[in-house]
Amino acid sequence: MNTRALSKTDALVKALLVGASSVSVLVVALVLFFLLKEAVPFLSDSGRSTLFSTRWTPVSFQQEVYGILPLLSGSLLVTAIASTIAVPAGIGGAIYIAELAHPIEREILKPVIEVLAGIPSVVLGFFGLVVVAPLVKQVLGLPSGLTALTGALVLALMALPTVISISEDAIRAVPGTYKEASLALGAGELETIFKVVVPAALPGISAAVLLGIGRVIGETMAVMMVTGNAALLTLSPTESIRTITATIAAEMGEVPFGGTHYHALFLLGAILMLSTFSFNMAAMYAIRKAESK
Amino acid sequence: MVNALAWMKEEDPPSNPAKNRRGPMVEIRDLSVYYGDTQALHGVTMDIPDRQVTALIGPSGCGKSTLLRSLNRMNDITSNANTTGEILIQGQRILDPDTDVANLRKRVGMVFQKPNPFPKSIYDNVAFGPRVHGIRDKPALARVVEASLRRAALWNEVKDRLTDSAMTLSGGQQQRLCIARALAVGPDILLMDEPTSALDPAATFRIESLMDELRGDYTIVIVTHNMQQAARVSSLTGFLYEGRLIEFGDTKTIFTTPKESRTEDYITGRFG
Ligand SMILES: Nc1ncnc2c1ncn2[C@@H]1O[C@H](COP(=O)(O)OP(=O)(O)OP(=O)(O)O)[C@@H](O)[C@H]1O
Ligand SMILES: [Mg+2]
Repeated sequence: MNTRALSKTDALVKALLVGASSVSVLVVALVLFFLLKEAVPFLSDSGRSTLFSTRWTPVSFQQEVYGILPLLSGSLLVTAIASTIAVPAGIGGAIYIAELAHPIEREILKPVIEVLAGIPSVVLGFFGLVVVAPLVKQVLGLPSGLTALTGALVLALMALPTVISISEDAIRAVPGTYKEASLALGAGELETIFKVVVPAALPGISAAVLLGIGRVIGETMAVMMVTGNAALLTLSPTESIRTITATIAAEMGEVPFGGTHYHALFLLGAILMLSTFSFNMAAMYAIRKAESK
Repeated sequence: MVNALAWMKEEDPPSNPAKNRRGPMVEIRDLSVYYGDTQALHGVTMDIPDRQVTALIGPSGCGKSTLLRSLNRMNDITSNANTTGEILIQGQRILDPDTDVANLRKRVGMVFQKPNPFPKSIYDNVAFGPRVHGIRDKPALARVVEASLRRAALWNEVKDRLTDSAMTLSGGQQQRLCIARALAVGPDILLMDEPTSALDPAATFRIESLMDELRGDYTIVIVTHNMQQAARVSSLTGFLYEGRLIEFGDTKTIFTTPKESRTEDYITGRFG
């Protein structure tokens, strides 16, 4: 009697949970479906022949060219540089705050990082324009400060709080008994941090890195404001570039509904989504492989 | 400090039966430990003999762990801990500020209450200490790992799965792994703080037999809440009460004819 009642509520709870998780899967599927629905027509359009050209000139008096290569390279370049800065700096900062900082330092640093996390990206864009861009221009002696590097610096600043606070949580969650065991074996404090605590926190740190890089890839406003937005095919950090996100944001408002350009922008969106998706999958696979070792 | 001295004058100092054995491995002299304003140990003086099992018993909060953790200076990591007095290990004053703590902890291993293997492979757990102390040579490491696991009576159970995570072992196996990990750096002394309190009777029995095998080569100090365990495994027993060493002597004597009424009350379960 009792057990039957229990199994009934069990079934109900299970159904609710299955329902909830199906909804999220469904939403992702729907987003992808409509993205693809609007993107696919481009592939049967005459514009498709220009897809791999090195120019993106969707509005032109002569010929419209929808080359995605410069946009891809722009996004890739900015993301790569920003991650190279934000990931080590973020993990290092998290280790410092969690393990080495004096309690007073921690009291100061933590709120500062939280505030940094809360700054709207447009505001960071202003900061990039007014502070970072002139600095990059001056230090590197460039004609313009609106470069891939400037964008990457602003994005790194944006990803940093995410990487720091999630990594720090992960490091602090490592049981103190691991540390005690290591110290009791005669390991030094730094040795213990790097050989025991950080490896034990690695799954959480990886999640922090993924979220941080995810923020970098998806960011639009700030990067649009400080990279100059010239759709150049380049891998030089000191050139102006244009990212996929900035392109979509800048052009979507003015594009005629249902035209080639319109479908091309949806294709860009689909490419963006698929690349973040595969990036996440690859990272997850790498983490799992590292953990099972 | 003042309290401790007053007490020392009032009553007889604890007996030191260790003197007539192989000679002390550890000499503790008037050891007091403070956590901030509270004093956890009051002038403890005792000699711990070489290659014997010494048990520390007493009610919760009486300072057993504090005493144990003084011997490998693990109290150092407690920021508000303060120690006065003297501890000599093989004649060397380990409380001196210029003591090489890493080297001290290499000589004085520790096993904790809850099995705490690292979330690494079985092999890497045992190899951790030797690596910390500079062994890089792979065959040498492998030899140390095997010898330590054999010593901890775990080798046969894990020899085919050394690369598995230590977390896949049972609680009792994990605790023997922790013993192997401690043995791998070649200590003379093994401190065990309630090493079986998280284990079932069968796993407890295995650890106790292991201690029996190890006692010929290591000086073992074990903290336990289990009177039968103290009686079974140790040759000497110290009874601590409110930070003071009330009585210290042959385990048999302590358990059959204790001098102090408080010892008797505790052993017979009248308090604590
Ligand atoms: N880090 C600390 N800060 C302040 N007081 C502490 C600290 N660690 C221990 N104490 C206090 O010191 C006294 C002795 O503690 P200790 O852990 O040595 O007792 P114990 O005999 O091992 O007890 P148990 O049997 O419960 O493990 C207790 O009163 C305890 O509250
Ligand atoms: Mg204790």
